[in-house]
Amino acid sequence: MGWNGKILRVNLTEGTVKSEPLNMDWAQKYLGLRGLASKYLIEEIDPKVDALGPDNKLIFATGPLTGTAASTGGRYSVVTKGALTNAIACSNSGGYFGAEFKFAGWDMMIVEGKAPKPVYISIIDDKCEIRDAADIWGKSVWDTDEWIKKRHQDPMMHIAAIGVAGENQVLYSCIVNDLHRAAGRSGVGAVMGSKNLKAVAVRGTGGVKVKDGMRFMKATREAKKVLQENAVTGAGLPAYGTQVLMNVINEAGAMPTRNSRDVQFENAHDISAEAMATPRKTDGKPNLLTNQACFGCTIACGRISKIDETHFTIQNKPQYMHASGGLEYEAAWALGSNTGVDDLEALTYVNFICNEQGLDPISFGATVSAAMELYELGLINQETTGGIDLKFGSAEALVKCVELTGKAEGFGKELGLGSLRLCTKYGRPELSMSVKGQEFPAYDSRGIQGMGLTYATSNRGACHLRSYTVSSEILGIPEKTDPLTTDGKPALVKAFQDATAAVDSTGLCIFTTFGWTLNDIAPQVDAACTGEWSPERLLETGERIWNMERVFNNKAGFTAKDDSLPARLVSEPAKTGPAQGLVNGLAKMLPEYYALRGWTNDGVPTNETLSRLEL
Amino acid sequence: MTTTTDTIQVTLKLYASLGAHLPAGHTRNEARVEVPEGTTILSLLDSHNVPREACHLVLLNGVFQPPGSRGNARLKAGDAVAVWPPVAGG
Repeated sequence: MGWNGKILRVNLTEGTVKSEPLNMDWAQKYLGLRGLASKYLIEEIDPKVDALGPDNKLIFATGPLTGTAASTGGRYSVVTKGALTNAIACSNSGGYFGAEFKFAGWDMMIVEGKAPKPVYISIIDDKCEIRDAADIWGKSVWDTDEWIKKRHQDPMMHIAAIGVAGENQVLYSCIVNDLHRAAGRSGVGAVMGSKNLKAVAVRGTGGVKVKDGMRFMKATREAKKVLQENAVTGAGLPAYGTQVLMNVINEAGAMPTRNSRDVQFENAHDISAEAMATPRKTDGKPNLLTNQACFGCTIACGRISKIDETHFTIQNKPQYMHASGGLEYEAAWALGSNTGVDDLEALTYVNFICNEQGLDPISFGATVSAAMELYELGLINQETTGGIDLKFGSAEALVKCVELTGKAEGFGKELGLGSLRLCTKYGRPELSMSVKGQEFPAYDSRGIQGMGLTYATSNRGACHLRSYTVSSEILGIPEKTDPLTTDGKPALVKAFQDATAAVDSTGLCIFTTFGWTLNDIAPQVDAACTGEWSPERLLETGERIWNMERVFNNKAGFTAKDDSLPARLVSEPAKTGPAQGLVNGLAKMLPEYYALRGWTNDGVPTNETLSRLEL
Repeated sequence: MTTTTDTIQVTLKLYASLGAHLPAGHTRNEARVEVPEGTTILSLLDSHNVPREACHLVLLNGVFQPPGSRGNARLKAGDAVAVWPPVAGG
């Protein structure tokens, strides 16, 4: 119950499709989605496998609450060995694809091998087919979505696809579903492209059975009331979206700016939530049209925007003169503050292209930012960039870069490598603001100390969604801690990591935790799923998942040396703001973190820890 | 006999739904305001009719001010007070 009890195994090399029972013993230990799919991946691939080779596997996984009446219960994840990081990757997405997949009767799909020619997978309830994708190879995510719906004569299908970025194996390409929701990080799109798999199209007409229907409805109703009455999830997020953070983080002096040379962006306001809602001088209309919810979501933080039709980015391009996915905070930061670009309409256009071509805007923006620093230092020039004057603050340069990167044309081919490989090529790897090869997101860890430990220890490379201590250190949720001190941060990071791993394995959105604790989530899981699920059991499950991921990474070749931060963050003090004069205190936090985790001084889980967690 | 009160200039920044309480002529959600010496954060916010219960995140020069201290510390010339209702993102 909660789970459908079935997985789909698709071998693209052999062209076969088969149904298998879900391993319910594993479901009891790893729950679903991130945890359960990671267990399957770890059991089935060699950790040292080539991420872009046919022996890597690509798993689309739902959780037991995906497709149910629980608020935000529409999530799915893509789990694989990441192309960008060579670490375990799990990229979570909303929209409607995940719920539709569950309605078709499946819990997850394991994709193996490599198709001899481009294909897409269609799943219509229990009928799954590998179909020819010759007509859509080379097309955008948006055109692919339209083509498949026409081909099947079914506008109700939900489609997860790669754009040209994934086809060209841009190392931070993503998988986009429902036009502008994405399994965004770690290069899962490149893995999909390496398998010649263009898209997965799903139509499901069933439902999801839960263990105790009456109790489940009561639990979800009460939990929705909590979200509704919470000022953040009931009012702040729907009205302003995540973008409201732009001024908050800038004011707190933790805004990575111009490749983290600065911690405050002088024009942050011009690309903020407040700016998105302000009527433009040119046409009197705001950039933001409305908010939007994913399946079953009662928060609705998504942004829908429309670009000013007079803006230089879309002249003679009517295909971009419509409403589409607008800027979320991470994208606005990566494309804006981090490159020094303060043109809101240009950033919206670049974000549209990221959705259309299937690029992770965080890694793309951070890579352009690193390239801008290389350019300013004279390590690359216009001969390298193909004539692009790649200076910080140039919207024109940013736009040219995005138009080249997905297509892997000119300098875009180099940008598609990600910042670490790019900076290494030009002799300055330390200018890549990344951990384990993945660019970090929108929080400077000199101004938010806990985020330094979060980035350094994240199992999928630098990421905010593995342990969002910003919630406590800046926003005061669930309780306020001082962002400028390392004291108490190892325990805080561990607690966030374990709880997040559990929530990520349910099928719920992590944003619910601005209003919910595991005490709100456990009754919903318990009413839906076989077994007894308490908050304590969820937390233990999260800790088990975290350690399992760590063991995989260790076997893949990662060591304690990889739990590090770019030199700039630990040696160049912040120049302004509350953190002025501070660097990140990672060296102080890491030993305490290892001890709390039950790991050796070398960052390896001890046998005692593995035994306690039944690993 | 007359008395004079010295005044200082501070910057008031009100974001999200609190922006409606900014004085006329503000730009980018902030305004330079003149206040009497000795003004506290609370008295500054009260003078602009900002509902106290809506002031979740209050930063003085970027540093968080817990509710208990907002009525105590006196503002200095050039200080910046930034305030948000309950918000989050990520």
